[in-house]
Order: sequence, then C-alpha cells, then structure tokens
Amino acid sequence: MAFLAGFPGSGFAADLSPVKITTANGMTVLVLEQHFLPIVEIHALIKTGSAQDPPNKAGLSNLTASLLDEGTTTRSSKQLAEQIDFVGGSLAVKAGVDFTTASARILTKDVDLGFTLLADILLHPAFSKQEFGRVRSQILGEIMSDNDDPGHVAMTAFNQLVFHNHPYRWPVNGLEKTVQKITLADVRNFYAKEYIPNQTILAIVGDITLEQATDLVQTHFGGWKSKKTPARTTKKPRAVARKSVQFIEKDLTQSTIVLGHGGISRTNPDFYPVTVMNHILGAGGFSSRLMDSIRDKQGLAYGIMSHYEARAMPGSFWINLQTKTETTNQAISGVLTEMKTLREAPVTDQELAEAKAFLVGSFPLRLDSTAKLAHVLAQVEFFELGFEYFTQYPEWIERVTKEDIQRVAKQYLNPQHYALVVVGNIAKAKVHR
Amino acid sequence: MTHRRSTLSLLATFLTLFLLHTQPSLAVEPQEFVLSNDMKVLLIEVPKAPVVTVQVWYKVGSRNEVMGRAGLSHMLEHMMFKGTAKYPRGEFSRLIRKNGGIDNAFTGQDFTAYFENLSADRVELALELEADRMQGLALDLKEFQTERDVVKEERRLRTEDDPQGALVEALFAQTFFSHPYHWPVIGWFSDLDAMSLDDLQRHYDTFYSPNNATLVVAGDITADELIQTIRNLFEPIPRGPSPKQTISAEPIQRGERRFFLKREAQVPFVIMGFRVPNYSSEDAYALNVLESILSQGKSSRLYQRLVYDQKNSLAVGADYSLMQTDPGLFYFYALVNPGSKVEAVEDALQSEISRLQAEPPSELELQRAKNQLEASRIFEQDSNFRRAMLLGQSESIGAGWKWLDEFLDHMKAVTAKDVQRVAKEYLVPDNRTVGILIPLPSKAQEPSPGVEPQRKS
Repeated sequence: MAFLAGFPGSGFAADLSPVKITTANGMTVLVLEQHFLPIVEIHALIKTGSAQDPPNKAGLSNLTASLLDEGTTTRSSKQLAEQIDFVGGSLAVKAGVDFTTASARILTKDVDLGFTLLADILLHPAFSKQEFGRVRSQILGEIMSDNDDPGHVAMTAFNQLVFHNHPYRWPVNGLEKTVQKITLADVRNFYAKEYIPNQTILAIVGDITLEQATDLVQTHFGGWKSKKTPARTTKKPRAVARKSVQFIEKDLTQSTIVLGHGGISRTNPDFYPVTVMNHILGAGGFSSRLMDSIRDKQGLAYGIMSHYEARAMPGSFWINLQTKTETTNQAISGVLTEMKTLREAPVTDQELAEAKAFLVGSFPLRLDSTAKLAHVLAQVEFFELGFEYFTQYPEWIERVTKEDIQRVAKQYLNPQHYALVVVGNIAKAKVHR
Repeated sequence: MTHRRSTLSLLATFLTLFLLHTQPSLAVEPQEFVLSNDMKVLLIEVPKAPVVTVQVWYKVGSRNEVMGRAGLSHMLEHMMFKGTAKYPRGEFSRLIRKNGGIDNAFTGQDFTAYFENLSADRVELALELEADRMQGLALDLKEFQTERDVVKEERRLRTEDDPQGALVEALFAQTFFSHPYHWPVIGWFSDLDAMSLDDLQRHYDTFYSPNNATLVVAGDITADELIQTIRNLFEPIPRGPSPKQTISAEPIQRGERRFFLKREAQVPFVIMGFRVPNYSSEDAYALNVLESILSQGKSSRLYQRLVYDQKNSLAVGADYSLMQTDPGLFYFYALVNPGSKVEAVEDALQSEISRLQAEPPSELELQRAKNQLEASRIFEQDSNFRRAMLLGQSESIGAGWKWLDEFLDHMKAVTAKDVQRVAKEYLVPDNRTVGILIPLPSKAQEPSPGVEPQRKS
C-alpha cells in the first residue's frame, strides 16, 4: 500500500467558523456552534497570571484564582460545589503564567446554570477571611508536597536560573516565604485591578446557538464594569551569559535532569521554524533525535523531550529526562551532542519532510473535542493570531526550509551557555560541573 | 499515558473509571462484527471531526504472567515497536507520524492495548500496520537488552522514586497473596533481568492472535466500507491457540493487614484498600454509587470532611476498579496536610465509612451521584479515544460491550439502602489493608527554594 501522496486530512487544516463579538463592556466573546453532543464548554481566559505577581508576593495571582470558587456574595463554597455537582457538570479555575482560566463544562439543558455559576465566581467572589486562611494554608501544604516530585523541584530551580530578575522566575504557586506574606487585602486589590471584562476572553463552544450565547453573555456578564487596563511590562529575560548549574541532593535512584536556556515569545516570527526544528530535536516523540539517541540506541531514559514554551514574553527552552544515577553524565553529554549537531549540520530532506507532514497532518487532532476547541480558540485570541491560524497553519509550516532550521538552531540553541539542574544522588552521580 | 509504551499506572487506571458511564439513548451503538478467525471488531461512526482512533486490545496483562516473570506482558508491549519482517525497527511509528498520527500503547493487569489516533483518511495505514505486527514480530536480542534498560528506567520513575507509586504497588502485594494481581504490571527488577527472548516469544505466540483480540475503530468512518478493508487485512491471519490458564484464586482475607513505607519525603500518604467484587456482581453498581457519594467533586463527603472541615488532608479520594477480569480493590487515599497527624486522617476516613454503614445516604446525595455518572457518560463521548477505550476494556475483561450500555439502568436502580448494605458488607476492618508512607528527613542539606543558586562557569 502506498501512503505517501499528499497530506492527511485532504489538505485543509480545520474548517471552523467561530464568531467573534466585543461586548459593550469590552469583553471578547468567541462562539463556535457544535451540535453533535448536548454539551457546552464555557471557557473564560483572563489576561493575568503569575507574571503579574509582585516579586516578594509570588503566588498572589494563584491564591486569588483559587479563592474564586470558594464562595461568592450569594453562594458559599459548599453551595457552589453542590450546585455544579448536582447536574454532573464541572467548574474549574486554573492560574497560569500569562493568563488564568475559569471554565464551566455542562450539559445543554443546564447551560443557564453554567453561565450563572461561572459569572458568579468571576464577578462576585466573597474573599472571606475564613476561606482566605484555609486556602492559603492548603497552598502552603501543596508547595511542601511538590518537593516530593523531583520533576517539579528541577523545573523550579531551572526557572530561577533562566529567568533571573524576571516575572517568569517563580512558580505559579509561589514560594513558602512569599505566600506567607500575602494578605487578604493583597488578594482583594489584585482582583479589583485584574479581573475586568476588557481583560477577558470568553470562548463558548458546543450545543448552543450564537443568539442564545450572546443573550446569556448579556444577561450574566453585561453588568461587569470595565476599567482601565493595567499596565504590562514586556521585559525580555536576560540571556544565560554562561553555564550555570544547580545540583539538588535527594535520596533517589534516578537523576532528574533539566538543561536549557531562554526561548522565544509566541509572536516571534521564527515561531514556525523553531517548531519544526524542535520537533526534529526532541518534541516529535519517537521520531525525534533525542528519543532515538538517548532512549532507543542507548537505553538511558524512559522519556526525553525538548520544549520551547512560547509565551507572551520570551519563554524558555529546555530538555528534560530521568536516568539512573550512574548514567547521569552520559545522558547530559548525549543531550549536548544532539544540540551541537543540529547547529552544525543541516537536517536531512527526509527529516524535514516528515516533521512537516506530522505537524500539518496532526493539526485536526488538536481540535477534536469541545474542550480542546474552547482552549485553542481562547489562546489564538490571547496571542492575537487571528482566525486565519486555523486555515494558514499548514502554509506557515510548509514554508520552513532547511536553511531556516539551521539558522534558528544557531540562533536559539546554545550548547555552551546553558542552565543545568540535576536532582538526585549527586555525590554518587559525580556530575561534571 | 504521556509516553508510548507505558504501564497504565494503577492510580490512573482507577481514575479513568468514573468515565465509563454514559447515557445509552445518546450513544451511537458500535457495530459488531466477528471475523472468520474469531477476531471481534467494533466500529463506531462519529462524523463530528475528520479524525479516527484505531485500537487493538489483547486479552493479556500481568494477570496472565507467572511467578518469576512479572512484567512480561509490559516488556512484550515495548518489543512490539521493534519491528517485523516487513516493517523494520522504527518504521511503524515513523509511518504513523509522517501521516500526521500519534501511536502508543498501554498495559494493565488484564489487557494490553495499542492505538493510533490519526486523520480519518489514513485509517488504512494504522490497520495495515496493526495486522502486520499481530503475527510477524521480529524479536532481536540486542534490541531486547536495550529496551529492558528503558523499562527499568520506567520502573525507577514510576515506583522506586515515586513514594505514592511505591505505596500502591505495596498495597496490591499485601492484599493479594496468591492471585497474580499481587505483582506490579511493570514487574520486579530481578524478573526483568531473568527474562529471555524465549519467554517473550512464547508469550507472543500464546496471546497475540486474532481470536484473543478486539479491534475498535471510532471516528469519521463508514462501517460498511471499512469492514471490508478490515476483513482483507485481518482474515488471512490464522486463528491462534485458545489461551487456557489456571489463575490462582485469592482466599478470603481474615483480618486487617497493615504496612509502612519509610523513605525520604515531605508529606505522609495514607492508603486503605478493601477487596470487593468486580463488574460481574450486582453489588458493583451500588459500590460505584458509593464511590461517587464519597469522592466525586468538591461537594463529596470525603472532600467536605477531610479537606474542607478538618483540613487534615491536601487531597483525598476513593477509587473502585469494577472493570477488571477478577475481583479487585476499592481503595481510599489521602495526602496528609503537613502538620496534621496520620492517625487523624485515618480516623476521619474510617468515620466516613462508619457513617455510611450506620445510615443510608440522603436521597439528594443519591440523585447527585446518579446525575454525575449519567452526565459523565455524555461528556466522555466528546472523545473518540475514551469511547473506544471503554469498549475495548469491557470486551477484554470479559464483560462485553453491551454491559456498558446496560450499566446506566443498573446504576439508576441502586437505592440508598443498597449503598448502606455494600458499605456494611465490604468496607469492614477484617477485609482491610492499610498502607502508610512515613516520611524520613533528607540526609542532605537541601537548599531552600528561592535561595540564590550556586553558580559556576
């Protein structure tokens, strides 16, 4: 059988026609009708996150978000939980670095309740003293518990090396000492400044008509008062000027290794060449060079992956893996070799063709559920990519050449000046500095 | 299942279970076919997006292994990506990838499953590759030795260096003395070392045959057309042996078992398991409702008592693995809030169990649990992969896919008294195994987070 001709999916990326509306109070509303199942996803993205935390109060945006569904002016924490659970829906709030999301997933018959509860937690959170104390101590416990996860410990240390003196430096949860400093007044002020309709994108996907959606938005979010948009920094992280290392001793059988440096922002014009380059290096699962070398040929790791986290401001690049203590140095040198090789020699025609074929062909898989669609829609709007993203993506990937890949490899991969974190039995691993 | 060739971790297995409930009136029923070699095929037409999932489920897992060879099924799963005569090492995944697809596999106690998610117009490629490796696997010693090192790294990641993973492994080992649920899916290090190519070949020859497999395809397909392609690809594969095994039965537990795990950690963890029936018992439905009342959502009893009111836990849950070939476990777990006592957490778990034994749940709670189970059945249809997975799993454990359809009616018939009755029958101290993770202080002086890191050029 021949499976070589053309791209999968008949050449189109995604045949979607969402509608975009801006409400009188400045909220951006995106509606995509999908009537296949009687479900609706209502997904709010608020343009605030840990990047807006004051340096000495890291964790403020997360604590604020965590309190949204812990009581409103008319519903207690328990009443909110009982109402959403009774209809088998879900209500979820998640703070991130650049943005925070709050979503309701609900059956069509309960869509009004979904809007009611989501609007209630976004517009009328109570921030009671009692819930504040309880949730803050819960988060402090989680921060301690995170120390039992070597991957989390390694990433926290890595971010501090890469984002020196930058808003991306601290974990979204914050640190023990900074969370302890946060007061209820800090939370109330943060909320008042950041949670405004003109900083909110509302993506509505599922079994609902455009007319119903706009009516429900008007009913439940129409009274939300717009305010002046808070100022934002567009600070670029300082490049890692030299090799910097941190070793964290833990009684473990494996070393958790994170190696990398600064990366790119989502709006960087090199985003697409970097995506293809990263796919070939280590994001492409079993067809990636790192998997082939470190796992398949040398048997050193179960999983290894490279990441370019493209954010509003330039994010980071990192490769992470776990290997038994004894092979720590071998794995690190294997990773550096692959970084160097990609800079020094062009990728093969076959590698390039296959990477593009995967990225283009797998695009529909990223949009095959209601929840995925709502998330992607909101982010496309957040990064101001435009709806042409859904149709132009194949072309933007196709355009990438071998020369582009080598150029971005030289520009965005640095096997000399990087940050290296190892968590594990450091003495036994004898890691080279 | 973030990485290919993964062990379906026990916690994850249990966590997926609540997704199995859907509403039959809304579900598009699968079309069932049985090929001339007795392979079962289930096809579901879902035209909402131009994508498809192809899954091949084999009725073999750690349950079918013998003492001394724990982990053989999972090891074989890894070797299934190492090539055949027709498609050498790496070709399988390369072809799937270059056609825009994702492939992976997972192994559990009762099954091994392989899948490809891809664009619907590439469904033939996935089918052709799966048909090829159902019979033509090339096992190579050098590939095996390297892959064994990879599996050992996987074991270190999931169990050796993960306190909660280690505790779950110990829970099964302590609960099941003679039944093969005793050993972990990933196997023990020494068993991995002892494995040979012959062991793998024998396992493959015994269990990888069309009559021991279920093929599930869900997505933008036309069943009438696709079944012809499937017949052409799979019917030439000859029937294999009918695997017949004597599985050691597990005797009744007579008295509580309790164990401790001491290791470097920050936060204690409590796990409490009870042996319960599987899907084949009428009591499974009441146990499932009971699980929902105790642990589904923030309004559930365990969350409200342990996390919200008493604040002694950071997270709490209950998991019931009713979709298993043999009776398994109903277990509770709690991540202890630092500063709280493990004993207080255990007491709180026990008092919630006692409360259900003393008085039936309220009608409101019962209705909430049923609504949750019913709604999750609809939400789960949003994902072709989940739907296909539930069908494949119910076939592989012997329940049959129709059991899924009938599930909701059985579940709706559960009464508050039923919930109380199963709590009294199964969640009793003599049937209980409790495991506690006791954190030991770090031997090393740890740099506190936020301290300026050491730098060196």
